[in-house]
Amino acid sequence: MTAPTTLDGHVPDGPIWAKWDQHRFDTNLVNPANRRKYDIIVIGTGLAGAGAAAALGELGYNVKAFTYNDSARRAHSIAAQGGINAAKNYPNDNDSIFRLFYDTVKGGDYRSREANVYRLAQVSNAIIDQTVAQGTPYAREYGGLLDNRSFGGAQVSRTFYARGQTGQQLLLASYQALARQVGLGRVQVFTRSEMLDVVTFEGRAAGVVVRDLVTGEISRHSAHAVVLASGGYSNVYFLSTNAMNCNATAAWRAYRKGALFANPCFTQIHPTCIPASDEFQSKLTLMSESLRNDGRIWVPATPDDPRPPNEIPQADRDYYLERQYPTFGNLVPRDVASRAAMRMIDENRGIGPLKNGVYLDFADAIDRLGRETIEERYGNLFEMYQRITDEDPYTNPMRIYPAPHYTMGGLWVDYNLQTTVPGLFACGEANFSDHGANRLGASALMQGVADGYFVLPATISQYLSDWLNVDPVPTDDPVFEEAEQAVTAKIRRLLDIGGTRSVDHFHRRLGHIMIEYCGMSRSKEGLEKALDEIAALTEEFWTDLKVLGDNESMNQSLERAGRVGDFLELADLMVRDALDREESCGGHFRVEHQTEDGEALRDDEHFAFVSAWEWEGEGVAPIRRKEPLTFENIELTQRSYK
Amino acid sequence: MTTTNKRGQVDRRTGWKEWLSPFFTSDLGIKWLMGLTGVGLLGYVLVHMVGNLKVFFGAEEINLYAASLRELLYPLVPNQSILWLFRIGLTAMFVFHIWAAWVLTNRSHKARGDIKYQAKRQYDAVNYASRTMRWGGVIILLFLIFHLADLTLGYANPEFIYADVYHNIVTSFERVPVAVFYIVAQVALAMHIYHGAWSLFQSLGLANPRFNDWRRWFAVVFAVVILIGNTAMVLAVQVGILTL
Amino acid sequence: MDIRLRVWRQARGTAAGEFTDYEANNVSPEASFLEMLDQVNEGLNDAGEDPIAFDSDCREGICGACGLMINGSPHGPQRGTATCQLHMRKFTDGQMITIEPWRASAFPVIKDLVVDRDAFDEIIESGGFISASIGGAPDANAVPVPRAAAESAMDAAACIGCGACVAACPNSAANLFTAAKIAHLNLLPQGQPERYVRTVAMVETMEEHFGSCTNFGECETACPKSISIDVIAWMNRDYVAAQWKNLVKTGQG
Ligand SMILES: Cc1cc2nc3c(=O)[nH]c(=O)nc-3n(C[C@H](O)[C@H](O)[C@H](O)COP(=O)(O)OP(=O)(O)OC[C@H]3O[C@@H](n4cnc5c(N)ncnc54)[C@H](O)[C@@H]3O)c2cc1C
Ligand code: HEM
Ligand code: HEM
Ligand code: SF4
Ligand code: F3S
Ligand code: FES
Repeated sequence: MTAPTTLDGHVPDGPIWAKWDQHRFDTNLVNPANRRKYDIIVIGTGLAGAGAAAALGELGYNVKAFTYNDSARRAHSIAAQGGINAAKNYPNDNDSIFRLFYDTVKGGDYRSREANVYRLAQVSNAIIDQTVAQGTPYAREYGGLLDNRSFGGAQVSRTFYARGQTGQQLLLASYQALARQVGLGRVQVFTRSEMLDVVTFEGRAAGVVVRDLVTGEISRHSAHAVVLASGGYSNVYFLSTNAMNCNATAAWRAYRKGALFANPCFTQIHPTCIPASDEFQSKLTLMSESLRNDGRIWVPATPDDPRPPNEIPQADRDYYLERQYPTFGNLVPRDVASRAAMRMIDENRGIGPLKNGVYLDFADAIDRLGRETIEERYGNLFEMYQRITDEDPYTNPMRIYPAPHYTMGGLWVDYNLQTTVPGLFACGEANFSDHGANRLGASALMQGVADGYFVLPATISQYLSDWLNVDPVPTDDPVFEEAEQAVTAKIRRLLDIGGTRSVDHFHRRLGHIMIEYCGMSRSKEGLEKALDEIAALTEEFWTDLKVLGDNESMNQSLERAGRVGDFLELADLMVRDALDREESCGGHFRVEHQTEDGEALRDDEHFAFVSAWEWEGEGVAPIRRKEPLTFENIELTQRSYK
Repeated sequence: MTTTNKRGQVDRRTGWKEWLSPFFTSDLGIKWLMGLTGVGLLGYVLVHMVGNLKVFFGAEEINLYAASLRELLYPLVPNQSILWLFRIGLTAMFVFHIWAAWVLTNRSHKARGDIKYQAKRQYDAVNYASRTMRWGGVIILLFLIFHLADLTLGYANPEFIYADVYHNIVTSFERVPVAVFYIVAQVALAMHIYHGAWSLFQSLGLANPRFNDWRRWFAVVFAVVILIGNTAMVLAVQVGILTL
Repeated sequence: MDIRLRVWRQARGTAAGEFTDYEANNVSPEASFLEMLDQVNEGLNDAGEDPIAFDSDCREGICGACGLMINGSPHGPQRGTATCQLHMRKFTDGQMITIEPWRASAFPVIKDLVVDRDAFDEIIESGGFISASIGGAPDANAVPVPRAAAESAMDAAACIGCGACVAACPNSAANLFTAAKIAHLNLLPQGQPERYVRTVAMVETMEEHFGSCTNFGECETACPKSISIDVIAWMNRDYVAAQWKNLVKTGQG
């Protein structure tokens, strides 16, 4: 199946504020009595997946949800810390749906689809209402009303939070809603089950092939529609803030079955993470962006200052964010903050044993607000920091450094969240839809819940209505047979390489290549170098990998091997995309394209579009399609946070 | 069994049978009644001790006390009827308490499974008292059987004289093995109470940060008082403070 | 630093298991406990031995996937810390560390140190939720929640479902896990309508799988989120109260 050269996002007509309502009215419905005739498969039980599965179950569809975790509650969304945005304007500080929309589009450096972002802002308020009703213990003021904090890229306080565990509390709400449907028999959850391929029939989604991680057994599942909510791919960098098992396999398999992959090079490096301490490090830990509310970021004014932080007088400190961006100060968007930190470290002003960090200082805040208040706001984050570094952030400034954190890129979807494969949908971080080239803090949770609870359940009926009283493709159909054989063959191949190096060895090396050449800043020659190195590494992977054990019982190296195999292919696509996009925007910073003071320099004339890549087959270069981006409600300007 | 359907919707318990069943089927229900009987037993042990301490005021005092217990509310009601009512209640408490201990212990062993931890466990909160509740209870039970045979029925005491409580106590406690057994039993009881008198608040659902430390103290004091009060009588006889 | 390990190896649930000894040499004190195991596995893999299977995902103490019995303590010696947040600096050079899986008949071993905790999901499925179907919610500020209630609900809601409470309990009771969820929902105004049916349903599901609490308090000290056993008392209270409430035809008494 070949997609058209330019893609149509199927954005409804009408004024931006009316599109969603109009669209819901125009969408074909499935009447309540008929819903039980439909089977829907959901891959993933994160905010997007659990939300979608619960919502679809409540509507009356038969849902099967799959997760590789041992419980739906452990999806990576659980780790989100800082909070979730909504346009409630409770603090009365001039917030509005339009402002949230505006901030998100601007924060994304004008590379997202206006209509989707506006819809996101529109449903944001319902998210807070819904999750409160489900028992999310958000922070409250003494009067019992909800409290808000500020996040990067915004001049209003619109972030709702539950201590430093917002993602946990939101996911538990969705997980519990899901559990309720399981109890009622409307949803079936398959845990420790990894989806290894999407099955298509006559160009539309027909089902999936799944591996039971306990027994190694391969099973086939068919349905009228398949929803991917499988999360992001930051782990392509090996070291990232993502959970150990986050991977791109689900999305990548869909891509190889004809779903287009959008903006793969749009990845986010989060400015406030704990710097790596040694080479055995398995992952990086995020220190929530909310810390930038009260923490001040600085480095010594002079390179290689040997003094411990507390002995460096104010005069010799450079609060570089406050200096360079007076209006937003420490609350500039992530891409800006990260690159600023990188510049400081390049100037040898980095701090800490490995000179690989900058200070995040709470001394002033503690003087101003008192230790108790700070403890109340960030207590558990400070503990987490102390546990990991063995330093007390109440007395010494925190050491932080940027780390791969989020991927804006993902499967291309239209306004209905449908990929280019009919019947195959993508929600949450797995799709590309709402964050353009850079995601603002606290807006991924917003998108996850929005997609899962409100958007997908409303849009999916358009597709489903065409298949009323048509049974799903039977699982003994040849298409399933082939898919299963392909999966088994790949597993065998991995087990039979019989090389000398472990999976992690290759993953680590891939990570080095990616962070070096396709990380915070990218250059033509660097990227070209990366292409060769990735090709070489892939070659080596398929000849020198060593996976022990069998496929008949739990085999964690085998699981990882399959995922790293896909990461290698994805890495290649990311680099191609980064090369192709001859501009800097948001998280994608091409050194060739920057303003004299080192800010990202967009090229709206040539690159105001979404790059959507199409798989052309093994060893063949993929083809880049475009979805032109039109901005009717926001005029494109050079992003400035000064 | 209960009428829960595994859907988060419990059919309302209408009849009294359905209502009572949880207290005999569910661990929590059983445990709650156990706490309740625990309170009753604590009460009995305390009152019983206070009454018995009258031995220090001499034979008349305590024998009169014992007699008045038997004749409580007589002639308003037939002689000894109150005493028997009370005995029935007390027996019921003991029986339920012990039955509960038995049932819950079995359920826990089943839940533990056949494969125990192979390496040594490192406990932080479990203490000797809480770990010996079950065996401690058995010792108390054995004590009780002997004690009844000894001081109520007299089978275990050749010199037993019906209604001469003072005489019975002294002659019984003069026997060194008996004295030792009594003291061992009191220690077991004190430990049982040390955990029990704290634990019952938990089981009855009476926990609150406001008075949690106070619960600990209550249990300690209760256990110590019972230990001292009861052993005092045994020792008093042994060292010859109390004689015929 | 150098560490001596004694690890429980068990090929599959049905197979018999045993302890096997390993050496972990020049481990960085900065490394986390699981990174130390990664390192051991790297070595085993190179030596052609099957690596040690253990669960972990977030490695930030929030997903609840990890959980090992380390020298007889669930999640190891450090209080209020999940296995993945434990760092080697808490151990001494040359120390012998014994690692076992959680043990309870409701947590059967799947492989090595990996156990099956599905029973926890069943407890939640039976009532660990507020039945607020998507779409029908009133404005988030329509019902003010006393700050204290929100805070204690949050304390209980911090449970990560790791199972250490069961692993720690000499009775294999899951009272802390179950009570934490009940407390979270029963403390909030939004949780009141289902308060008593929820309590009964969850307690009775719990009792199908787990042992009976004798208030040892060991769960509290093992809990990586230091959830207080007060929640257990509150669950007991609500369970007994529920018998009344459900007796009364109006459901709420
Ligand atoms: C440390 C950290 C902190 C964050 N903090 C914030 C924050 O404060 N605010 C905010 O808005 N965002 C935050 N984010 C981002 C946000 O948490 C995520 O983007 C969002 O939760 C993604 O949700 P999701 O449902 O799309 O995917 P996930 O939550 O990642 O879920 C993916 C699901 O898919 C399943 N899955 C994947 N592949 C397969 C397969 N092949 N087979 C079967 N199942 C599969 C997994 O088991 C999992 O259940 C944070 C992210 C991180 C890493
Ligand atoms: C006068 C004698 C006794 C007194 C005062 C007493 C008191 C108590 C109390 C207060 C508790 C705590 C109940 C709770 O936590 O809910 C308790 C628990 C218990 N008792 Fe007794 N008891 C007595 C006799 C016995 C006997 C004879 C046995 C067994 C043969 C026994 C076995 C137990 C057990 C196993 C527990 C459970 C431990 C726990 O819940 O922590 N007790 N007892
Ligand atoms: C050393 C301390 C104790 C002494 C001196 C003592 C003394 C006595 C005496 C003299 C009687 C007979 C009373 C009569 O027949 O009129 C008696 C009865 C009894 N004692 Fe004790 N006792 C002691 C400890 C205990 C303890 C610890 C328990 C409970 C575990 C207990 C339980 C009973 C019971 C159940 C009876 C029968 C009561 C009845 O006949 O109605 N005693 N005790
Ligand atoms: S209560 Fe504590 S120990 Fe038990 S599952 Fe929850 S977090 Fe783990
Ligand atoms: S350790 Fe077990 S006995 Fe009760 S208090 Fe905790 S569940
Ligand atoms: S790995 Fe997530 S809690 Fe330890």
